[in-house]
Amino acid sequence: MSARTSPPSKPLTDRIRPNHPPYGLADYERHGGYQGLRAALKMSPQDVTALMKSAGLRGRGGAGFPTGVKWSLVPMGENAPKQKYIIANGDEMEPGTFKDRLLLEGDPLQFIEGITIGGYAIGASIGYVFLRAEYVEAARALRKAIQECYARNRLGRNILGSDFHFDLYLHTSAGRYICGEETALINSLEGKRAIPRAKPPFPATSGLFGKPTVVNNIETLCNVPHIVHYGAEWFRGLSKGKDGGTKIYGASGKLRRPGAWELPMGTTVREILEDHAGGLRAGLKLRGFLPGGASTDFLTAEHLDVPMDFDSIAKAGSRMGTGMMIVLDDQTDVIGMVRNLERFFARESCGWCTPCRDGLPWVEKILASLEAGQGRPEDLTILRQMTRLLGPGRTFCAHAPGAMEPLQSALGHFRLDFERAAARSAAVAGGRP
Amino acid sequence: MSAGDARSATAPLVTIEIDGRRYRVDPRRNLLEVALELGFDLPYFCWHPALGSVGACRQCAVTQFKDENDTQGRVVMACMTPCADKTRIAIAHPDALEMRASVIEMLMTNHPHDCPVCEEGGACHLQDMTVMTGHAYRRYRFHKRTHVNQDLGPFVSHEMNRCIACYRCVRFYREYAGGDDLNVFGAHHYVYFGRASDGVLESPFSGNLVEVCPTGVFTDKTYGESYTRKWDLQQAPSICHHCAVGCNIMPGERYGRLKRIENRYHGALNGYFLCDRGRYGYQHVNAQGRVRHAALRRDRGAARQPVDADTAIATLAGWLAEGRVLGIGSPRASLEANYALRALVGADRFHRGIDAETARLDDLVLETLARGPAQIATIADIEQADAVLVLGEDVLATGARIALAIRQAVRQSAYAMADAAHVPRWQDHSARLLAQEVKSPLFVCTPAATGLDGIATRTYRGAPQDLVRLAQEIVHLLDYTQPRAPGLDGDTIHLAHTIAEALKGAQRPLIVSGTGCGSAALLQVVANLCTALGRSGRKPWLALLPSECNSLGTALLGGPGLDAALARIEVGEIDTLIVLENDLFRRVPAPRLQALLMRLSHLVVIDALATPTAEAADLLLPAGAFAETDGTLVNYEGRAQRYFQVYVPEGDIRESWRWLQQVARARGQDLGDALDALIAGCAGSDPRLARIVDAAPSARFRIHGSRIPRQPHRYSGRTAMHAQRDIHEPRPPQDPDTPLAFSMEGARTGAPPAEIPIFWYPRWNSVQSVHKFQQEIGGPLRGGDPGVRLIEPGPGGHYHDRPGYRAPAELETVWLYELFGSEELSVRGDAIASRVAAPYLVLHPATAARLGLTAGATVQVEAAGQRWQAVLRVSPTFAANVAGVPRGLPGVPTFATGTVLSVREVRP
Repeated sequence: MSARTSPPSKPLTDRIRPNHPPYGLADYERHGGYQGLRAALKMSPQDVTALMKSAGLRGRGGAGFPTGVKWSLVPMGENAPKQKYIIANGDEMEPGTFKDRLLLEGDPLQFIEGITIGGYAIGASIGYVFLRAEYVEAARALRKAIQECYARNRLGRNILGSDFHFDLYLHTSAGRYICGEETALINSLEGKRAIPRAKPPFPATSGLFGKPTVVNNIETLCNVPHIVHYGAEWFRGLSKGKDGGTKIYGASGKLRRPGAWELPMGTTVREILEDHAGGLRAGLKLRGFLPGGASTDFLTAEHLDVPMDFDSIAKAGSRMGTGMMIVLDDQTDVIGMVRNLERFFARESCGWCTPCRDGLPWVEKILASLEAGQGRPEDLTILRQMTRLLGPGRTFCAHAPGAMEPLQSALGHFRLDFERAAARSAAVAGGRP
Repeated sequence: MSAGDARSATAPLVTIEIDGRRYRVDPRRNLLEVALELGFDLPYFCWHPALGSVGACRQCAVTQFKDENDTQGRVVMACMTPCADKTRIAIAHPDALEMRASVIEMLMTNHPHDCPVCEEGGACHLQDMTVMTGHAYRRYRFHKRTHVNQDLGPFVSHEMNRCIACYRCVRFYREYAGGDDLNVFGAHHYVYFGRASDGVLESPFSGNLVEVCPTGVFTDKTYGESYTRKWDLQQAPSICHHCAVGCNIMPGERYGRLKRIENRYHGALNGYFLCDRGRYGYQHVNAQGRVRHAALRRDRGAARQPVDADTAIATLAGWLAEGRVLGIGSPRASLEANYALRALVGADRFHRGIDAETARLDDLVLETLARGPAQIATIADIEQADAVLVLGEDVLATGARIALAIRQAVRQSAYAMADAAHVPRWQDHSARLLAQEVKSPLFVCTPAATGLDGIATRTYRGAPQDLVRLAQEIVHLLDYTQPRAPGLDGDTIHLAHTIAEALKGAQRPLIVSGTGCGSAALLQVVANLCTALGRSGRKPWLALLPSECNSLGTALLGGPGLDAALARIEVGEIDTLIVLENDLFRRVPAPRLQALLMRLSHLVVIDALATPTAEAADLLLPAGAFAETDGTLVNYEGRAQRYFQVYVPEGDIRESWRWLQQVARARGQDLGDALDALIAGCAGSDPRLARIVDAAPSARFRIHGSRIPRQPHRYSGRTAMHAQRDIHEPRPPQDPDTPLAFSMEGARTGAPPAEIPIFWYPRWNSVQSVHKFQQEIGGPLRGGDPGVRLIEPGPGGHYHDRPGYRAPAELETVWLYELFGSEELSVRGDAIASRVAAPYLVLHPATAARLGLTAGATVQVEAAGQRWQAVLRVSPTFAANVAGVPRGLPGVPTFATGTVLSVREVRP
């Protein structure tokens, strides 16, 4: 392969060759690697941050917070704390989500370049990759890439001859979903229990070891080198909507070709499901889908033409989340699916706040009893109440509100399924002597 | 004393609106604190006034409105919301009400509802909050999760199934008290609060779990073994007798048995917490070794025979009439008892009950406190100190509550960081995470390792003489007119610099020392340190710990020490010796004492316990233990505090001062016939004691003509309790000494702070009700914190002469102390006794090597003609050359400070 001259249209996956090991540093650089960092090092850190803002890069972890804004909240200048940190959130445990794995296994150097630029932008000399426990392959790729970067002055002191020093450490998680919550991640990284922290103070002022800290998603950071290299204008142009760039979309469920694809931000659900995933398997009909992981509200067939970007999906009544869809077909029991999700969320609660710790197991048990035909009519009342009581602001962090999203939307979109289950249970109970 | 107390500075008040009414409040507080202070019943679990807010339980939900026009509002947690100006909240809003009821409903899904068999029942915060939120009907119909419980040792019982996961236990135990053997394990609704495996809780403050836990997971094991409901306990306010700190305690009694000690909040002293010696040391009151009846030995060599009280009184009166009498007081007896003895025998025939060396140290403490310029530090002050020097005293063993306060003091720089980052101090985890390991300066300079070393900036180990030299060098560095210390090595001089700089750089430097080392030179150099700090423009705080609960009281009362008394016995001047609540075998080497006691015609002992001294008595008068008497103690800060009789004991037991009053009356001498006469007499005897009358209202005090009842209004079984003897309800005992009544009847509200017998308030049945008695959360009790300071520090003055330096002799004794073991009374209860170490001896490895001894060896130790066996401990953190001896530990005899030991290995 020869070095590219024109900018890529699928920058994130451009260098990923399925079923081949990722590029080493030489190949990576031959394919445009480290152009972003070289350019960044010639800019002021504030300009790098401003570039992210104008590129319209929004966080790919699920919340969609503008990356440039996040970086600009970090204190800079003479009076800022000397030690700051940047952390890559690679604890990808959202059910149905595997985009960061793809990026790390396929092109670890792209990520390393991204986090290095991020460190430069916020004045952090230390970065951590917090990686999901099960991502053994990604960890191996990262370790190798980090080692090569140190050996070739892409990490460590005076990177590429500049005044910038940056150390990168890989930390593999012990395997809890809550570690994906940025403050729980920070606690875990400090060796403390993985429970979320109160906000404010935000990590930008008091994060890892009490110092200013930015936590970015892996995919977010992978976009950074390209933005610096090719510019904000180019990045915005990749997208079909107002959020810049491409997005790794994915789909799982009973589809013909489940998988993940890098597509322009704002690609419609229909295009993803029908053109890329090949539609549902024969004989199955779409009942609904979770647009971006387990902790997003169900959407239904009427939303197929909604573009997959943060604002459009929000308008449709859900969240884009990770952009990795889970599809529900007409042969799968809704209650069973929701029960399965809630079992996951109940198990992954950190146990810190009451509604999440004790409310989720109750929800799970009610769903299980409805599924088993042992529900009671008042169960639906309790479930509806729980979606409110475990909602935003009521719990310590966003875990339980996330867990309530599929439930509350299922109770709306698939109300009859639940009512039928409750009625069937009541009939069974009524039939008893 | 609330988390991160910031009251030292004032802030302009702001206006907030709660349920449509406006209030002026302090913007540095959170909504929960403020709402509780304003009298709202807002339920909570994870918030604790001393531990701050963490937002875990979600119980204190209120609805907050954006502005005047917002009608919908959103639910927020009051404990995590600052009182910003114009904050508008509704506690009674339907959303908030639903949330609060639902949080209870959810956390009760796993609670076993075993209130009838739970020790917490009736005094349970969870019960109170459940009732308060109106959750009455259980909708949860599934299995509850269950846990295995652990054996946590003699103090605390564990029943994890009751846990509602408020996280208070681990926050107190680990973050506040520095323990690391209790933790939270697991996740989601299987979180488990306990130890990694069964075993004794190691923290000296473990008993506080009982009060910190809002339900019955951690309960008082000693109380549970002979359990009574809170509403069936007869209680009276009391003062802990197990060290000189003077923590306020609330003992409870039923069926003539002392059942438990609970913390009695004091804003300036113990706050919300006690040490385990204070909480569990009470069992000596119920122990087998009590003296319950008067007994008289009529002929030398014969056994003592029980006699009635009148005979006992007449006998002693007769002996007194013969003359040649001497009275020996006690630092563990009240001022009134000591005063009564002095009045009975005459001031020239009264001795203080401590050896001359200890008397000199106690006098030096008094003198140092009184001369200034240091302010005497309360425990609340200690928590505010931003640089602390501990000199010589192992405070965790000799005044543990102070050590807990020092733990909070090192957070001062963390609070400064929080202030700078606009993180409210009460937002506890945020403040801790921001500061991480940053701590204010703390220097622990002691002969041996202490429990505070882990949070110290630097530690220094040396014999008392070396500590004096170090301190002298600091004095020099603070005031160059003062001479340097002789012969210090470079490291120690550097340390002295570091300490001097830290003290100079502090706003509120604190020096903590005491009589534990038995070194007068150390106290003198502490005084010099205060003088030097004062001259350098700092106003230091000072905490000096004497050895016993009324050491300073007896020092104020004055009189020569024991040695002079023994000399008078030795020359045959004395026929009758009256010993008041004192075991002389803990003060004088046994061989000498035994010989001297032989020279007496009559040994009279008035005591609650069958001590070796009591065993030798010819006339033994049973005295009330602390819970059976009233009196006044003077604590380390010179605060006179009154304690009150909880119950009237059976048998001939009566207050020691009452015995003395009655003997006086039999001799035609009038010492009065109730407590107030003695208080007045004692107060009149010395201007420094004049204010003790103000320590608590007198026996004539009434509230609208009524006494203050010792029994709760729900006290049950009054008529059944004695039915096996008499079906008629007996007339309750009368109390001529205090305004309290042995009754359910009387004034339930308005008790002055020193005479509150129970913390209870409608809807608040647990100890959490204490906020209803406070001026502000974590602040003083309404009406002011109890007790009166007798010592006003002067402006300070000249220096003591620089003490001479003498290198310690090889195997010269250095005192060590044990929280469980060094104190006389507490070791007589089973729970504490089970925690007492076997006698040991500590040597530095170099010293041990020189003597050819190895760690773990059994050695025979000899001092002052007494031999005992000890297990050798070899510690590199112990001072070299000298020998560490645990003072007062059962099995370790009494001898003078500085005695040179001889040690040899015992081979089996």
